[in-house]
Amino acid sequence: MDRILDVFQRADFISDLIIHIELSVLATLFGLLIALPVAILVNRSDFGSTLAINIGNIGRAVPSICILVLMLPIVGLGFDNALIALTLLAISPILINAVVGLRQVSAQIVDAAKGMGLSGRQILSGIQLPIAAPIIFAGIRTSAVQVVASATLATFIGGGGLGNYIVEGFQRGDLYISMAGALTVAVLAIITEVGFGTLQRTFTPKGLRLAQARARTK
Amino acid sequence: MDSADDPPTSILAFLFQAEFASEEQQQKGFIDWEWLGENFTEDVVPALLQHIFLCAVSLAIALAISLPLGILAARYRGLYGPLTAITGFFYTIPSFAMFVFLLAIGFSVGVTPAIITLVLYSLLILIRNVVTGLDSVPPETKDAARGMGLTDRQILWRVEIPLALPVIVAGMRIAVVTVIGIAVIASYIGGGGLGNLIFSGITRNFPTLYVTGAVLATLLAISADLLFVRTERFLSPWTRARGAR
Repeated sequence: MDRILDVFQRADFISDLIIHIELSVLATLFGLLIALPVAILVNRSDFGSTLAINIGNIGRAVPSICILVLMLPIVGLGFDNALIALTLLAISPILINAVVGLRQVSAQIVDAAKGMGLSGRQILSGIQLPIAAPIIFAGIRTSAVQVVASATLATFIGGGGLGNYIVEGFQRGDLYISMAGALTVAVLAIITEVGFGTLQRTFTPKGLRLAQARARTK
Repeated sequence: MDSADDPPTSILAFLFQAEFASEEQQQKGFIDWEWLGENFTEDVVPALLQHIFLCAVSLAIALAISLPLGILAARYRGLYGPLTAITGFFYTIPSFAMFVFLLAIGFSVGVTPAIITLVLYSLLILIRNVVTGLDSVPPETKDAARGMGLTDRQILWRVEIPLALPVIVAGMRIAVVTVIGIAVIASYIGGGGLGNLIFSGITRNFPTLYVTGAVLATLLAISADLLFVRTERFLSPWTRARGAR
């Protein structure tokens, strides 16, 4: 136990932790900034939505370490390159959920909004996005947890982060060093999962929450 | 240089930069096709087969655990919450960290901790889909079966499971893709498979090796995904007519 604490007290441990968090936050954010506009763009076309979902499905099938490794010859080593690979990884779950979430907003609701004289933009921001919000947030949550886990692998392409300690422990045959990295990553992943779960609940519109509660008691 | 302050990646980075500059590399091009041709049957194919084997075994074990647990949880609702909480916890732990924990509690490097991790990751997905699948069977259908004189066991095997099968297969599809990806990382702790090509390619700084490994693992995951989509559709002919999905 003391030997794990020793690792925590190393001078560069905090900075590696910060790099890990930075990688995860930025990758998820960039993933969202790419996936959400695309989902909104393809929302009106059946073909576009199907295409986006299929691309998302294929993207989700690609193992995270493979994205990192395949980016290596293209962009080389380092933080920025790990960030590019992790962003690619973050796109798929958000894209799929955003497309599906926006699609499942029933046509009658959109028609009713149109009848009330709302513009396309108002319908999007006032009706479709809030109704789709819980599903979109579920996608962001999946992405974020996956990115936190995969940022551990960034060490293999020189991206830094907590994976450094796991690999160092293996290379020096000292499991305590690995444990320090592994424990921190695990806690980080659980915080992400629980945190986004709370956010997801907060972003569920009140009306939807009531409807969900009613469905449950039925 | 004090090795304690020197993360292994910086050594890797140094090696890579040195190698990227080497002339030999530039002459041979990025992928050394000659090497690939010579070693394909000796190194590449066995790694691929090992990978498939590792994933198949893990998925089979996971299914053997999830099916009974899922059936139980569908019957006794109280079990579902705790089951998803426990398996969800495993699912959240990053796989690379999970390997470290398994080694820390006494497993030795090799195939065993790899299979355990792969099974643990599949449980949440499979159990959830077994329960969802069984839930999706309309109560009228079960009533009709009971009216025809089928026993509970017969209803389960002849009515509920066949009707739930598409949802269960949908779960297997997600599980198999997850498992193929995590099995790559499992090579790092001696699980074997395509990850061996990737990791030895990285340490030996031989792009041909890691690109081959990564491309094959990606193709394997995508083809498994497509295969299961097909199976899912084949098993639920009633959705085909409606043109669902």
